[in-house]
Amino acid sequence: MLSVDSLEAGYGRARVLFGVGLAVEPGQLVCVMGRNGVGKTTLLNTIMGVIPATAGTVTFEDHDVTKMKPHERVKLGMGYVPQGHETFPQLSVLGNLLVTLEASGNPQSALDEALDVFPRLKPLLKRKAGFLSGGQQQQLAIARALVTRPKLLILDEPTEGIQPSIIIEIEEAIETLHASGIAVLLVEQYLDLAMRLADRYVILDGGHVVHAGTAADLQGEEARRLLAV
Amino acid sequence: MEGILNQLPIGLSIAAVLLLIALGLTFTFGQMGVINMAHGEFIMAGAYTAYLLQGFADRNAVLVALPVAFLVAGLMGLILERAAIRHFYGRPLDTLLLTWGVSLVLQQVARDLFGAPNVQVQSPTWLQGSLGPMPYNRMFILLLAVGSVVAIWVYMNRSAQGRRMQAVMQNRQLAATSGINTGRVDQRTFFIGSGLAGIAGVALTLIGPVGPTLGTYYIVDAFLVVVAGGLGQLRGAVIAALALGLLNSYAEFWTNASLAKVIVFVVIIAFLQFRPQGLFVLRSRALT
Repeated sequence: MLSVDSLEAGYGRARVLFGVGLAVEPGQLVCVMGRNGVGKTTLLNTIMGVIPATAGTVTFEDHDVTKMKPHERVKLGMGYVPQGHETFPQLSVLGNLLVTLEASGNPQSALDEALDVFPRLKPLLKRKAGFLSGGQQQQLAIARALVTRPKLLILDEPTEGIQPSIIIEIEEAIETLHASGIAVLLVEQYLDLAMRLADRYVILDGGHVVHAGTAADLQGEEARRLLAV
Repeated sequence: MEGILNQLPIGLSIAAVLLLIALGLTFTFGQMGVINMAHGEFIMAGAYTAYLLQGFADRNAVLVALPVAFLVAGLMGLILERAAIRHFYGRPLDTLLLTWGVSLVLQQVARDLFGAPNVQVQSPTWLQGSLGPMPYNRMFILLLAVGSVVAIWVYMNRSAQGRRMQAVMQNRQLAATSGINTGRVDQRTFFIGSGLAGIAGVALTLIGPVGPTLGTYYIVDAFLVVVAGGLGQLRGAVIAALALGLLNSYAEFWTNASLAKVIVFVVIIAFLQFRPQGLFVLRSRALT
């Protein structure tokens, strides 16, 4: 479904990714792990076209999307939830969902389905997104991506800075989406969560893929050494 | 006392014109960070549109010119954005120089087409006269500004395109990764912003002559309105335009035109020392 080959990217002269390769098959949940500053967010931003790739290719469902603009990738079925529970702060919760729904051209039912995944948002529809708690903003951020009915959901540290009770809800939501057949590419620092959710994992270090395998391998000594702070 | 009362309509109509100009700038500057020095020439294009339409619509040229000037100036803005500005996004100083150059070219084109001397647009007969100290033509400009603000508010808050414009203004990257074609939103924003300048140009024909440098008299003040009101803030632009228009008018009344300009600049600089972000800013738990 998603294939990343020899991907290189960076900021100006500073290269961050060096020939990164990974694949996500339909319905699979792949977890990208690694310590801070190893290039996880840069990788997702490059996959989504926010940062241009300087070399390598990104292929999604047989389309070479390497040069495509972010909104074109979303149209193909790539949904993205960036790091930091980002919202459109001055728009209401409903406005945040509507603006994505209208851009996607999906019917109203797509919005209702997204709200069914996060029912906590239903009584907050008229509230400005900027005034939600961090956990509510993260739920809104994922719901906004779901409104586009993605085939692949890309999540960048969805549990970062979120209170434990909401983390459980977000984990359950990811499980539900995964079970419904949506492929997921997840950047996550919590090893336990990754072990519970992932089918496969990729560990980045210094902009290189240094380890990859199935979730069971994550208990191995090499994986734990690479993830230790 | 009578003098003070007589200045009020002048101040209000200046405020209304500044608001019409600043409404457009607040989108292009607020959303895209583009310092468009050619915005003044879109005002001039709107004013000349009214002048040209006199031949067809006689004394009702102003009314006919409103939608036509919106389209003419809007298209000029769209062409400028597509042909030049989009290649300079993220480079504000380059954009400033580029659009300044374009403004000089457009002024020269106007000189070649219409001549250097100012020309006059006849006011409609139904705009002659006054209600107390308020002349009808200035009242019309005020209503035009109020109507434009209401229309923009409805567009921004009640339409899908307006919502997209707000989304891009608040978080461009997130908008793009949410599936919004930000390039198309930019084009539309530039069209509407420039079109509003055209309407401001038509309004200006009611209170003065039309010349190739018409826009340059107002462009700096309009930028001051945008900065003092807060980038991309509609209510901030309304309050700042009102304050600046009235301050300018009364400072001119009590001193002279040159000193009034100095007073306005000093007040704005002092205000920005206390509130560099302008009257209103985007507020959220994450940003505050």
